[in-house]
Amino acid sequence: MKQQVSSTVNGEPVEFLCAADETLLEVLRDRLSLTGTKEGCGTGDCGACSVLLDDRLVCSCLVFAAELEGRSVTTVEGIATPQALHPVQQKLLEHAALQCGICTPGVVVAAKALIDANPEPTEEETRYWLAGNLCRCTGYDKIIRAVMDAAAEMRGATS
Amino acid sequence: MDSFAFQAPTSLDAAVALLAEQRQASVRTQILAGGTDMIVQMRSVDRAPRMIVDIKRIPETRSIQLGEDGLILGSAVAGAELSARDDVAAIYPGLVEAADLIGSTQIQGRASVGGNLCNASPAGDTIPALIANSAICQIAGPGGWRELAVEDFVVGVGRNALEPGEFLVALRLPAAQPRSADAYLRFIPRTEMDIAVASAGVRVALDENGVCTAARVAIGAVAVTALLVPEAAEALIGTRLDDAACAAAAAASSAAARPISDKRGTETYRRQVVGVLTRRAAVIARDRALGGQA
Ligand SMILES: Cc1cc2nc3c(=O)[nH]c(=O)nc-3n(C[C@H](O)[C@H](O)[C@H](O)COP(=O)(O)OP(=O)(O)OC[C@H]3O[C@@H](n4cnc5c(N)ncnc54)[C@H](O)[C@@H]3O)c2cc1C
Ligand code: FES
Ligand code: FES
Repeated sequence: MKQQVSSTVNGEPVEFLCAADETLLEVLRDRLSLTGTKEGCGTGDCGACSVLLDDRLVCSCLVFAAELEGRSVTTVEGIATPQALHPVQQKLLEHAALQCGICTPGVVVAAKALIDANPEPTEEETRYWLAGNLCRCTGYDKIIRAVMDAAAEMRGATS
Repeated sequence: MDSFAFQAPTSLDAAVALLAEQRQASVRTQILAGGTDMIVQMRSVDRAPRMIVDIKRIPETRSIQLGEDGLILGSAVAGAELSARDDVAAIYPGLVEAADLIGSTQIQGRASVGGNLCNASPAGDTIPALIANSAICQIAGPGGWRELAVEDFVVGVGRNALEPGEFLVALRLPAAQPRSADAYLRFIPRTEMDIAVASAGVRVALDENGVCTAARVAIGAVAVTALLVPEAAEALIGTRLDDAACAAAAAASSAAARPISDKRGTETYRRQVVGVLTRRAAVIARDRALGGQA
């Protein structure tokens, strides 16, 4: 039996039909054509599928799409504005903190959530926060530096 | 049943009625909290169709009530919601730390203490911490409401004491005594994202002179279920939790452990480590109780 679900994705009202056992990740990619969110493991280990569910960082591979009724989701597609990349995205580019890019959408969403919750994260806090975002190419140092640099820039921009 | 179904009842009565009705119709149901165990299992070892019953829209499963009678923790409260409550962490720091050890930031956004307990893994991090705090399961079902101590709730690997049609609504922790505190430690070979090789939860209460008047010790990942170790508690009660008392408690935990050998550690190693963790957790709980952190 298909479920009819009304929710908000990246600020826009969205309605979709899905099977009861479909994950949010599957619905985003296969029904809503939001393919920025990636599948790495499907078991909560890699963080490539990270999204914000009512502003809380979660793995979309471990959420049922049917749970979305009346709730809101932000994916990597909802992070930049039409005018500019989010500082996290800009700094990842500047620091060359990506290679294949599969982990990057998850890193962007997770790092934005970190800075929103903690505008001045220490290196240790940043590393723990991103421990669930695995990257098999870049190495973590560049990612961590880019995220801390983005946080610093955002503090500068808002003060 | 040849395909999955999904329901999200919004009250306890509606959930109990739904579960009873589906049982009558011989439909398999499974309770969904944060899904961090369930969805992984549904994609691997247990793919059969069933009705998924999401309990997160039931207010009682989502509330955290801290009062004079203690703590009532809704079964589906996510780790991130619990860690945000400094008032709870001030009284039950070990339980909050145990919940906080589960998975990554992303997993914390979903994983619940109730789900960790119901999943009944021998290495489930919150289970020894709950037992150390004398936590009681509040269960709703076709026969009404019942309560059961956490140490009696887990009955085997992946098995709990829930009867068909029942589910866990909340966990009730008795009010903390004056000068009391808890602590939870686990050993993993990494610093994040791993499963306990051994673990220990301890709660102690002290009198004005620093003498231990009450203690609970529970150990995890060293038997098919987490174990309450009364002998370790007895080694602590009546002492000032000095080195000798903590060493005696450690020996009692090692003796009570019934570990297996696997790739995470041998039986001998686990037995040794669970003793060390018991000693260290007792020292942390003591220092917290003395430091007025409770
Ligand atoms: C990447 C990753 C890392 C992890 N790390 C750890 C770790 O370090 N330590 C650890 O202990 N665990 C870990 N886990 C396992 C898991 O996250 C925890 O056990 C978590 O607490 C489960 O809670 P949940 O709300 O997601 O449960 P769910 O998956 O929703 O449920 C778990 C089980 O309990 C049943 N259930 C849930 N709630 C109820 C209820 N109220 N009444 C009756 N039955 C119920 C479900 O039907 C299911 O069988 C990890 C998992 C992942 C994916
Ligand atoms: S795909 Fe979700 S965590 Fe890897
Ligand atoms: S850039 Fe390839 S996994 Fe991170």
